[in-house]
Amino acid sequence: MTSVRHAPPAVPRPTFDVEQVRRDFPLLQTKVRGKPLVYLDNAATSQKPRSVIARTEQYYATENANVHRGVYELSERATAAYEDAREKARGFLNAASAREIVFVRGTTEAINLVASSFGRKELQPGDEVLISAMEHHSNIVPWQLVCAERDATLRVVPMNSRGELEMDEFAKLLSANTKLVALAHVSNSLGTINPVADVVRLAHAKGVPVLVDGAQAAPHGPIDVRALGVDFYTVSGHKMFGPTGIGLLYGTAERLEALPPYQGGGDMIKTVTFAKTTYAEPPAKFEAGTPNIAGAIGLGAAIDYLRGLDWEAVQTHERDLLAYATERLGQLPEVELVGTAAHKASVVSFTVRGVHAHDVGTIVDQEGVAIRTGHHCTQPVMDFFGVPATARASFAFYNTRADVDALVSAVQRVTRVFAG
Amino acid sequence: MTDLSDLYQQIIVEHNRAPRNFKKLAHPTRAAEGANPLCGDQIKLEVELAGDRISDIGFQGSGCAISQASASLLTGAVQGKSTADAQELFRQVHAMLTSAPGTPVDTAGLGKLAALAGVRQFPVRVKCASLPWHTLRAALQSAAEPVTTE
Repeated sequence: MTSVRHAPPAVPRPTFDVEQVRRDFPLLQTKVRGKPLVYLDNAATSQKPRSVIARTEQYYATENANVHRGVYELSERATAAYEDAREKARGFLNAASAREIVFVRGTTEAINLVASSFGRKELQPGDEVLISAMEHHSNIVPWQLVCAERDATLRVVPMNSRGELEMDEFAKLLSANTKLVALAHVSNSLGTINPVADVVRLAHAKGVPVLVDGAQAAPHGPIDVRALGVDFYTVSGHKMFGPTGIGLLYGTAERLEALPPYQGGGDMIKTVTFAKTTYAEPPAKFEAGTPNIAGAIGLGAAIDYLRGLDWEAVQTHERDLLAYATERLGQLPEVELVGTAAHKASVVSFTVRGVHAHDVGTIVDQEGVAIRTGHHCTQPVMDFFGVPATARASFAFYNTRADVDALVSAVQRVTRVFAG
Repeated sequence: MTDLSDLYQQIIVEHNRAPRNFKKLAHPTRAAEGANPLCGDQIKLEVELAGDRISDIGFQGSGCAISQASASLLTGAVQGKSTADAQELFRQVHAMLTSAPGTPVDTAGLGKLAALAGVRQFPVRVKCASLPWHTLRAALQSAAEPVTTE
């Protein structure tokens, strides 16, 4: 055995070429209002690479049949493609088994599924569900509904003025009555990255399962549900460069087996008689009816696309965008940033002094800049910061510093319009 | 091609900055609240009637420039009018806001309210401009429920 002592030849590391990546997204080549589109509403939904659009079309053109039913070849092909997408999703989340991946419509449905099934089985009067102050309405309202039904209580872990979870308060609120913790991995309106692994450790020490809403985390890189230790994890396909109407619920095999079904119907049963029905094993148990087959396959193509990126380089790029946007917007005297956590994804929420967020949105739209304005489905977050609404620029890996420059100059126009 | 200066006319920017009749009335005879969930616009209108005449009117609330300026302009326009004339003004403004961009606007009798015509080019913002007017109509009809323009 010989060992090579000299340094290996310099192999160029795979890097991230944003201009090349942008060419993969047809919509980024378009103009709005006569100006090149500057798309900065990625936290609402992301644009789709050509490969996802093509894969969806290919499915309808060459493979369309119902899954898990026909004995004919076309149905076998559709089923294979659908299940192949499940395996890709398993890989993206690093789940132990594809049986732990349930296809749903999106994060909203995933949370409703767990709230409904877990709540009906586990919640008793006096029990508590713990969420955080920065949750999206989709991780608040399903718990309010089930808590009202089960006479349980919803408790809220506060955040500090930077938009960071108060971990001491979390530890205090975690009690013998707590039956579940439900938390965003990344806040959609503030960009805060929550310390999920720490939350899981504290919760599991008291035997409490944890659901993590990963809708805003998955667009920023592959997830490791086993390293995080979560019991449930949810993502939305359309926010991670896949189609709308498809998402994932990850649940550990043990947790999914213990949950009662969500919706009843075809595909989720073993046997049906009028006297008694037995249910299929997960994930089929939770996939009643014909699923969004094309959506699942398209999501699989999006995951393939994401797997092809050099994530270390992508994350460096996104960190640069966040730092640059924070710096440039922060330099505008009339702009106030909302959400300044130490650990953030590439989301910048802000207000312009004396100008309502919707006026900001209308004016920057005239410059071809698409941002979200409003409460971002997080009204309690707006109340906490004492603002009716914010403007939010949310960046994906295909955004550039030039996009930030366009945003900043559009915001400067806002000031000019209102200066009269 | 839409033009921002049609939407944010000087008079709208100015009324947003310094809204008229932004006040609570001591003795309101009619009141209504309105909300536009899209923008988070909220408005409370109070009307004091002397017989059939609007002797005083005030609004409170918060929201985008279009809704606030529209409310401010409204209070100035209906002050001293009969309720029937105010209803007629509602009809006229509503017709103007919901007409197709580019079509002629009958601004006769609208005065400063004609500044709101530019909103037509921005369909998602029409509700902001019309909210105070729907709220006024609710107040005059004394609707018990808050109005919404969603």
